[in-house]
Amino acid sequence: MNVLPLAQLQINKPGGSDACAASNGFCPGWIVENLDRYWTPLLEHIYLTLVPVAIGFAISMGLAILAHRRRWLTGPITGVTGVFFAIPSVSAFFLLQPITGLGYTTAIVALVSYTLLIIFRNITDGLRNVPAETRDAALGQGLTERQVLFKVELPMAVPEILAGLRIATSTTVGLAALAVFAGGGGLGAEILRGNDKFFKSNVIVAGGLAVLLAAVLDLLILALQRWMTPWRRARA
Amino acid sequence: MTGTLAFLGDFGDAIDFILHERDSVSGGVRIGGIGELAGLAQTHMIVSVAALAIAAALAIPLALWLGHLGRGDFLATATSNVGRAVPSLALLAFFISFIGLGYTNVIAVLVLLAIPPLITNTYVGVRQVDRDTVDAARGQGMTGIEIVRKVELPLALPAIFGGLRTSAVNVVATATIAPIANVQTLGEPIITPQTYGLVGGLGAAIIVALITLLVDFAFARTQRAVTPAGLKLAHPARRRLFTLPTRRRLESR
Repeated sequence: MNVLPLAQLQINKPGGSDACAASNGFCPGWIVENLDRYWTPLLEHIYLTLVPVAIGFAISMGLAILAHRRRWLTGPITGVTGVFFAIPSVSAFFLLQPITGLGYTTAIVALVSYTLLIIFRNITDGLRNVPAETRDAALGQGLTERQVLFKVELPMAVPEILAGLRIATSTTVGLAALAVFAGGGGLGAEILRGNDKFFKSNVIVAGGLAVLLAAVLDLLILALQRWMTPWRRARA
Repeated sequence: MTGTLAFLGDFGDAIDFILHERDSVSGGVRIGGIGELAGLAQTHMIVSVAALAIAAALAIPLALWLGHLGRGDFLATATSNVGRAVPSLALLAFFISFIGLGYTNVIAVLVLLAIPPLITNTYVGVRQVDRDTVDAARGQGMTGIEIVRKVELPLALPAIFGGLRTSAVNVVATATIAPIANVQTLGEPIITPQTYGLVGGLGAAIIVALITLLVDFAFARTQRAVTPAGLKLAHPARRRLFTLPTRRRLESR
């Protein structure tokens, strides 16, 4: 791949009138001036994170409940989702293109496939860690299997489930930066954008926004976890 | 497009690209074929192996020692959280713009990506060793170094290999974007569609996917092989046909 020498890159840079930007420095002034151009990539990135995590969560929850009823399915499901998980995202973006074309769909399908193993394993672990006595007590009180699942087991597994959701979310924020190779936009597209390629201030802002997004989403899920597990707070 | 593979559509064409040389999309250059791809794969593997080796040499001894001392809970969780949150593309772009292009920078980025899972897994692996076992070793007169080498390290090996597996897969996957730093790995056909087209990218993507699956599988087998017999006996129910990433290992990604 031909990467132009930086000296040539500095021509035609938007906002290149700024002397600092022209010398490819780290320029707070340029950043403040150009902050609005990151708005759309950031929104795309949020979309590329939340949609795959939501779809992945729904699929994993279904699979985990299925595997909870039919234990023998756990192995095969972990095996298949493990293969999805190991295939590099850049590779997956290309493998999907003959089927889904270039764009959001390809990016989202690939990103969903990464979240499955993480969330599935955490849900099954959470369900398995519910003490047998608790289950027995619930059954003894006359709850049906379905009631035990929704009123006892799933609520008790919430910390593990949300821990999985946190891992899946921050991983997806990172992988979504590569969605640019699937034509999916996002902050990665900003990092690799034409004339501004590897312009220091641009890399710092776009990369920094991705890290910030991961941190904010992580804190939000943590807050959700505290709100959903009041018994933990009482103990602490 | 060869007739025999035509029924596979783009995938058949991609396999043809892997096997036979052809003209580039824009013309003028010959691309594809075993020769070119083997060269790209070689660079890919050299960069990956170097990065993993350096990261292991740095992270494992450090985490072993911190785990032995029982100091570093914060480090272990912080590195894994930060490591997961920083996108590999952003890190590579950061290195390119501030330091420059080339092998050294690509390897440096891959090392940084490989370190967090190694630290977290090694540290957790050592901390999970039964305290009674360590006390027994100390009671037999073993020194600190002997305890690390003869007790804690062997018992933590499965966890350490879990970390190596996660890091290896991450490194091989991330080496795919190395061409943006002028290092010609298997990502080259993926990142320059103007020369290689969809089919070239697809061919390279197939090879990269196969390599990572192979690496993943190889480390999974090694992980099982290095698990001390005593640990296998202790958890017979946990043994599976395929060892898959555990939650703790996933947390480090």
